Parts: sequence; C-alpha cells; structure tokens
Amino acid sequence: MDESADGYYLELSSSVVKFDSVSKVTNVFFDDTNKQVFAVRSGGVMGVVVKGPSPATSTDFCMEDKGPVVSIKFSPDQKVLAIQRSKSSVEFINFLSGEMDAVEYSQNCKGKSHVILGFLWTNNREILFVTDHGAELFQVVPEKKSLKVQKTFSLAINWFVYCPQTCLVLLSSGTLGNQMYPLHVKQGNINKLSRFDVDIPVVPKPPKLCLLERDITLAVLYGEASIIILRHNPRGTGSPGAEVVVYTLLKMMTAKKTHVLRLDLSGRFAINVVDNLIIVHHQASKKSLMFDIAMRGETDGMVTYHQPVVGLQPIKPFTLSLPPVPSPVHTEPTQINCELYSPNWVVFQPNIIIDAKLGCLWAVELNLQPLLTMINDKCLLVDFLMKRADSKPVVIQVLQEILEPTVQNYSHLVVVAELFDHLNEVYCSFLQSEMQSHIGTPASSSLSVSPSKLPPLSPKPWIVIDQSDMYTNVFSKFVDRSRELEEGSSGKFEVWVLLEYIRSLTDFHIPVQHYLYELLINSLVQHQAYYQLHQLLQYHVVSDSKPLACLLLSLESLYPAAHQLALDMLKRLSTANEEIIEVLLSKQQILPALRFVNSVGSVDQVSARKFLDAAKATGDQNVFIGVFKFFEQRNLRLKGTTAFAKGEHCDIYVKHYASLSSEQTV
Amino acid sequence: MAHDSPLALKYFYIFNSNYGQKEGEEAQKILYFFPPQTDLDTQIKNVGLTEAIIKFTETFNSHQKCESLHTLKTRQLYFQPEEGFWMVQVLSVPTVTKTKEGVDHLEYQSDEIQDNVYWSVLEQAYRSFSLFNGTFSQILDDYDLTKLRYKLASYLSKYLSKIKLQHADILDVFHGIQFLPLDKKTFLHVQTVVNLLECSFPKIRCTAFLYNDQLVWSGLEPDDMQVLYRYLVSSLLPAQMESELQGGPIPRQSNSFSALHYGRFASGPTNLQNADIGKIPKVHLKSSSGSVVCHLVIYRALSATVCMLIDEAVSLEIDFFQRLDVFLGQRLTKLASEIAEQCSHGSANSVSAESGAKFVYYNHLNRAQKSTVHLDNRKNGNISVPSDVLRILADLNSDFRDRKPSTGETIVKTMNDYWVVGKLSNLREFYVVIHQKNANLIEINEEVKKLCDSQFKSIFFSE
Repeated sequence: MDESADGYYLELSSSVVKFDSVSKVTNVFFDDTNKQVFAVRSGGVMGVVVKGPSPATSTDFCMEDKGPVVSIKFSPDQKVLAIQRSKSSVEFINFLSGEMDAVEYSQNCKGKSHVILGFLWTNNREILFVTDHGAELFQVVPEKKSLKVQKTFSLAINWFVYCPQTCLVLLSSGTLGNQMYPLHVKQGNINKLSRFDVDIPVVPKPPKLCLLERDITLAVLYGEASIIILRHNPRGTGSPGAEVVVYTLLKMMTAKKTHVLRLDLSGRFAINVVDNLIIVHHQASKKSLMFDIAMRGETDGMVTYHQPVVGLQPIKPFTLSLPPVPSPVHTEPTQINCELYSPNWVVFQPNIIIDAKLGCLWAVELNLQPLLTMINDKCLLVDFLMKRADSKPVVIQVLQEILEPTVQNYSHLVVVAELFDHLNEVYCSFLQSEMQSHIGTPASSSLSVSPSKLPPLSPKPWIVIDQSDMYTNVFSKFVDRSRELEEGSSGKFEVWVLLEYIRSLTDFHIPVQHYLYELLINSLVQHQAYYQLHQLLQYHVVSDSKPLACLLLSLESLYPAAHQLALDMLKRLSTANEEIIEVLLSKQQILPALRFVNSVGSVDQVSARKFLDAAKATGDQNVFIGVFKFFEQRNLRLKGTTAFAKGEHCDIYVKHYASLSSEQTV
Repeated sequence: MAHDSPLALKYFYIFNSNYGQKEGEEAQKILYFFPPQTDLDTQIKNVGLTEAIIKFTETFNSHQKCESLHTLKTRQLYFQPEEGFWMVQVLSVPTVTKTKEGVDHLEYQSDEIQDNVYWSVLEQAYRSFSLFNGTFSQILDDYDLTKLRYKLASYLSKYLSKIKLQHADILDVFHGIQFLPLDKKTFLHVQTVVNLLECSFPKIRCTAFLYNDQLVWSGLEPDDMQVLYRYLVSSLLPAQMESELQGGPIPRQSNSFSALHYGRFASGPTNLQNADIGKIPKVHLKSSSGSVVCHLVIYRALSATVCMLIDEAVSLEIDFFQRLDVFLGQRLTKLASEIAEQCSHGSANSVSAESGAKFVYYNHLNRAQKSTVHLDNRKNGNISVPSDVLRILADLNSDFRDRKPSTGETIVKTMNDYWVVGKLSNLREFYVVIHQKNANLIEINEEVKKLCDSQFKSIFFSE
C-alpha cells in the first residue's frame, strides 16, 4: 500500500482549535450547533473559555458556581447562554450587549418528576427541552428574562439526537429503544413525522435498551436528511461484521431504509460525514472506510448494499506544534505527534473530531489527489469525483491522464467512451435543469409548463465538465502533445477520442460546439485522413459553416474532392450565394455561375464587371460574347438600353467586345 | 429482342509482347488465354493480330493507345494495365434473324455492345485480380512467370465464369459504391464502434462497415474500396446470405446465455472452439509506400458486415478470433438492429416521393452511386426501363467523357416516348429516364428539376 506523504486521502484540518484539556477542575463541552467548545473551570468561577470557528464565536467570561454544569450552549446569535445544572431546569444568562448580564433566569420543565435529557437551540430565540417524558418548545424573551411555552409533545423517551442543519430531532422510545420518532422543529412548531422502527437483530431477554444514542448519526447526504445507524450484529450470523444502515427522510416526510454499508469488521466505530461521504473510523485497526451512497451497489429494489469506495486507510498523521511554554518543572516538546484513533477521541457531526485529553478540535477533511491511485476503475473514479466539492481540477487531471497518447491508453478507448457518457449524462441533466429554471422564470412564463411539475431546485450537487472545459483543459493540450510526438497512431487516437466525445454529446442530444468540429477537422487534415473527413461530412457529422467551407476550399490541392464538399456545404448554408459565385468564377465556370445566379434570382444584383472579367480571362471568345450579351439584355430590361452604366466600369469590356465582333466580321 | 446468339465472351487473353520475341517462341508471349482449350495456333494468331493492330494504330496517335476494334462479328477491347502487358477481351456480337423479302438473314446487333461499358468490365477484371493477387509486375518480382501464369489461370477462369456480360451497363462504367443513408447519430455509433475495434485490436490496419449491400464506413482508400465493395456485394455477401437462408451455421451460442448475439465470421473460423481458423483471403491494398498485403477477415451479425484488414505479417491465431467475437458479437448485433430501425424509418418517408422518373446517379469523388433504374444489386438484368433505353445512359456518359465539359446537359427522346436526360455538374453525373407520351421539352425539364430538388437538396448541383 502506498503510504508516501501524499498517500492519505483523509486528514485532520491544519487549523486546529486548542482548548484546555479535561482535568479535575476543567469540564469541556462541545456545542455541535455552533461548533463551540466550552472549557468550564471550577464550575465557571475560574472562567469559561469559549472557542468557536471564528473570533466572533470565541469569548470568555466568569460566572458563579451554582453546581456542576451538565450542558452549556449559546443561542445561535450568541446573545443568550443556556446552562443546565440540574435535572429539571435550565438557567439563562443574557449577553444582549455582548457583555454578560448579572442576572440569571430559569425555566423548569413541565412535569415535576421529569428529567431533562438535554436542550437544543432551534432558533435564535427558540429552545427545545427534551425530557424523558417528551419535548417542550419554548420561546425565549431575553428582554423580559422569561420563556413562553409554544408547543409540547409527550412521549417516553430514552435518548435523542439532533441535526442542526435540518432541525431534525430524532427521539428514541420503547424498551428496546428502536422506536424512532423524528420531529422537525420549524418556526415555533413541532412537526411530527411518521414513526419508524429500526429492526433489532437479536432481541435480548429480558428486553433492554439495545439501540443506543452513540450508534445513531444524523446527517445530510446529497441534500436529503439521513439517519445513519451502526449495527454491530447484523442479521444472519453468517457474516460476523458490523454494518451501517442508512435511512433517508425523503423530502422530510417518511424515513425509508435505503442503503446498507458493509463494513466486514467488528469493534468500535465512529462515523463522520464529509462531502456527502460516510467515513467510518475503526478504532481497532486505526483506519477508516469510506462509503458513497451515490455509487452503484447490489440492490433488491428498495435497499442498496454498498462496499466501501476505498478500503481501510488511515488518516494522515498529525503533528501538533505547541508554543514553547517556559516551565521550570518539565520542558514540553514543541511538537508532538497526535495519537490517531485515540480512545480519547470524541466524534461529532458532521466532521468534527475532538481529542479531550489533548484539548484539540479538528475537522476531518478529504484530499482527493491520493484517490486517483486508490480507485483503479476510471469510470468509478470520475463518477465519484464528480460528486465531490471543488473536484473539477482533479477530474480534469484524470481525463488528461487517460487521454495521454500512450500505447497503453490506446487500449482504454472503451473506458474513455464510457467515461464521456458519464460526464455528459451529468452535463445533460445540468443543461436540462438550467433550461427548466429559465422556463420557470416569470419573464417567460407564457412558455412555462405547469409550475407544479418543476422539481424543487436543489443546490447543484455535482460539478459539470462541459465542452469548453474539455476543449481548453483536455483536448487542446492533448492535441498539442500528440503533435510533438508526431507518430502515426497518435493521430488516429486523437481523432478517435474526439469522435467518441462528439458521439457521446450527440447521444445526449447536446449540441456540439463549433470548436470541437474545428479541432476534429484540423486533426483529420493534419493526419491526411481526407477520406475519413469526406465520409464524416457526407453523413453531416460536422455542422456546416462558412469557415469550414473555406477550410475545405483551401484543401482542394491536397484532396480534390474537398472542392465539391465545400460547394455542397455553401449551398446548404443558403446564405453563401456570393461565395458560390466566387468559387465558380475562380474555376472559370462562368456559365454555371450565371445559371446559379439565375436560379437564386439575384440576376439584377450581380456585378457585370466581375463576370465579364472572368469570362475574358477564360480566353474563350464564345463565353465572353455570351456573357456580354447576357448583361446587355439585363441593361435593356432594367434601363431600357443595352449600354452599361458609368458606375459599372465596363468600358474595357465594351471595347473588347467590339474588337471581337470586328474580328468576326472580318 | 430475342437473340439467336447472345452477346458472349469469345476470347479473353493476356500477353506481353516483350516475351518470346524470336520466331517460333510466340507462345511465350501468352500469359493467359480463354477459353483454355483453344489450340495454340489460334491463340498465337489472335495475339499476333492484336499486337499488329496496336502497333499499327500507334502510328496515328502514340499518346492514346488503341482501345477497341469493331468487326462485323466481334468486338475487341484492349487494355494495357501495366507497361507491356495487354488484356484483350473479344466479344461475339449478338445476332437476330430478320426476314427480308421472304429470305431469312442474320443481322449483327453491334450497337448493343458499348465500348465504354465493356472496356470497364475488362478493367474491373484486372483490378479485381490485382486486389487479390497483386499487380503482374509484383508477382514477377516476388515469384516468376510460371507463378504469374498459374495465378492468372486460377483466378480468371473462376472470375470469367461468373461474369454476367449480357447485363453489363452504365453501372459497370461507374463501378460505384452504394452508401447507406443514415442519420448523424447512427453513423457516429458505427464510426465509434469501428474506432473502438481498431484501437482494441491494433493489428487491424483498417476497417470497412457495410449494412446489407450498402457501405456505411470505409477506412480503405476509395480505389481499393471500390474493388473490394464489388467483390463483397457480387460474390461474398450473396453466398453468405444464401447459406444463412438455408440455415447454415446457426448463430452459435458458445457458452454464455446472457450474451445473445448473432455474430459470426464470414471469412475466418466457422467454429471458434476449433483451432482451425479457416481460409482467409489476402488482399493487396494501395498504400503510400507501394502496396501492402492484408488478411481480409469478415465478421457478420444480422445484416451488418465488418471487414477487417490485418497486415499479412501478423499471424492469426484462434484466440484472436475468439477475442474479436467477444468484442464484436453483441456490439454489432445491437448496431445492426439500430441501423435496421433507422432504415425502416427512412424508407417509410421516401416511398411517397416515388414518381415515374427513374434515375442513375454517380459522384466521381466519393464513388457514390445510386440507381432506381436497377431493382437490385445482383446484375441479373432486373431493370425498370427497357435495355435499349438503359444503353442510352452509357452513350451519354461516353459523350461526356469524350467532350470533357465541367458541366453539361443532354436530352434524348426515343421513338417510343422515352426521355433520357443526362446531367453533369461538379463531378457528378445524373441520368433521368422518363416515360411520358406527348411530353414536350419544357415539361421534361420541369420534371427533372423537381427530381433534382428532391434528390439534391443538400448538394450543389448546377441546374
């Protein structure tokens, strides 16, 4: 296995958040809604240090010690601090002006014997208490230092999990803990979604809680709220490993079991979600697995079974630089290698890892580059990369590599073809959604279909590699390179690849941009594959255009048939009659040119001088006389006289005609 | 018109005057003589006469060699394919018996033999021979005179037995290729399958793709393709179709059920389980560096035919064919059905445009040819106009060839109300036959213009 410096696709963020480590006097809390770490020293008397992702969310203050703190969280706008110290009440301190208010106020949960399992800020002024008997939603009025009950919900609750991104609260009920009640808290309302049961492989006797909070992860995967459940003993004891079950809350309505991730391992696991990927950390092996529910897997129609995209791989080692601490007792090293997958690690969603002992908070990050060598199937790789954020340069790199004109790559054209189809499938759906969103705008509402048919505009999850990307980043470079090589087969490869791309675009009904045709034709010309070019034109693979027709005209000396192709193309363009006349005259085809003028009905507009000049140049007297007579007739018809107008500058031809007719009479 | 004796091949011989210069050694000049049972004396006399005529006519025009000799009972056509070598075709002129004043007498129908048509037939014989055997001088360089005589005898006796002289016509002059009209998308599919094939099997030098008897794609030089096309359409494919119709080798289902396909080799192994790769013809193709010899491997699925040309130096093994079969089988089957669907769409549209006028079209530049005069591609004389009218087409062509105009138009009316219009523009020839009583020139002109508009929407064809 490649373990070189860049062989790690998972790494801990270099910007580590440092905080006081847990000790006898310091308690540490993490609020995953605001991503703030609270280090509470001696119950707050010695100070509370808050570290968040930005300076605005980092602060410190002192408060009275009124007993051990159970939980502590700021409101999202940092104006109200909520502290839980007892089983049945939560205290609030205002920070309205940024400074701490001296007075605390308190709110009890409703039932006297109820126990608060935890509380959640669902909004700047809204807080949800979850007790063992239900949930209570309060409005916080800091100005009055009081709270108002808004909604309540009764249920015997074992534990709960919350996802701040979606405001989804998942309550566990029942003896086994497997009855799931998803709540959607939204603008002062508790929206109860339909309950679902997680199947328990082996029900213990007597029944006891067997689905635990730590096995549940709430996340957003590809825009849908998802419930990720770790199951240690899957059904069918034949397979000893654990598995991860993903329930998807389609449109925030009902949860459906949609994916099963096969771990084939057992032991302690932790789950992070990074860039819509599920990362399963395995402590025993100190390595992680990566799953992508968007990838294909075996399916029974309802549930898709996935293998990891990449097998067990460790996180990149992390070296922590410590500021030199002058200490008389023991000199600390300025750099320490952090222990990865340490038992002190606590994992938060979506991608937070906290080492409570070291006092460090990291985000897990994805490094796409090493995956290029880890995923061998190029189609799979590109499919995977296309769904990652900011992966465009990496995808382009993959394409550049596979289109490098090497002998090895020639045999990969089948893969290239498939790859193009994958790229263009995404490109095509992107174009369609673009078009729909245009149609949907009120400005062109007359064109729109019934708006209800439009799918909800989800944030574009995928990157799109369009024709101009392919051209500027892949094809043009690739063409340059193969020019340098100047080998026979590389030219063929270039044409093959371009045709394959055009074929793929055509299959997806995407109009091909002219620069791709130009590139194709230039490659064909470069490699003197004129007959191939001829056949492509014959089947109208390449769109007609005046520049292309001109290019063809210029090729006549190399490939005589190009002249005919050019004329045909000019004819099809139907806006190039001038050019057709020029081409015919240049070939001294005076009479066909005149006939053509006649057929398109522009006899009265053409310049007599041009024709007379060309006719004179043929040296054929009869042709000249014929043309001269033709224009005399035109003059007669238009002006009532056979004489040419002054502006037509035909004097020399009149003289030439006169000399010819005098010759003939002689 | 019923002939008493039809047009027939009397003699066909090849000689080189440089051989056997001494008296008594004249027989050495003869490389091939048909019919082979002709006694040597007649052979020598014929060759001697031809030599004399060619020599004699040279005194009048040394730049243009003599091409034909007309006699009452025979028509002789001369063709010099390579320096010193002459091919001669002697045809007996068909006769009819006419009764004049109660007396029967033979009348020779010499105008039924058109020089340009039969000269092309002769030329085709040479091109066909050299496609499969190489040029005369090549054979001499590589082997010797005996080998050349042997090759000529073995190839031409077969070739001449199949040739259908009575039905030779304007199409033999053109020797063209029928292209299959396809939309861009389907054509790209054909093109990309061919590309994939060539890059997955780099041994393949070039490829041609046919659907039924129409060409879709050719990677060969047009000259070679013309001859190969003729061979495929007139000889190989009909034989294949016959064996397919008779239920010959049924689509062989080697081992997998999922991969149902109808592909098989038309030249190459008939059974992929055997090590026997069968008899594979070799063809001599033109190339920038002279000529190259290639194996001609042909694979068919449904109506699609792929001809693959592989350098002679490559030794073909059974596993190569197995891999080819795996690669092409399903792809070609799928492609063939796609084209079939396209064609049925296309034909539905064109039927409505059917009018009384028949035409023959030929484009010199891409060798494309199209005919509604001929009802099939088999050269069985299955034509939709009388043969004397068809002959006018070849006459008009001959006239264009002599006068060499860049554009031109000729209109002919026959005694029996047939109008034949020949047009030449932009290196394309177009002949229309219209049968219409009491028509005048303007009406016919209108009719031709309509036909041009419908047929030549997308090309520049001078009116």
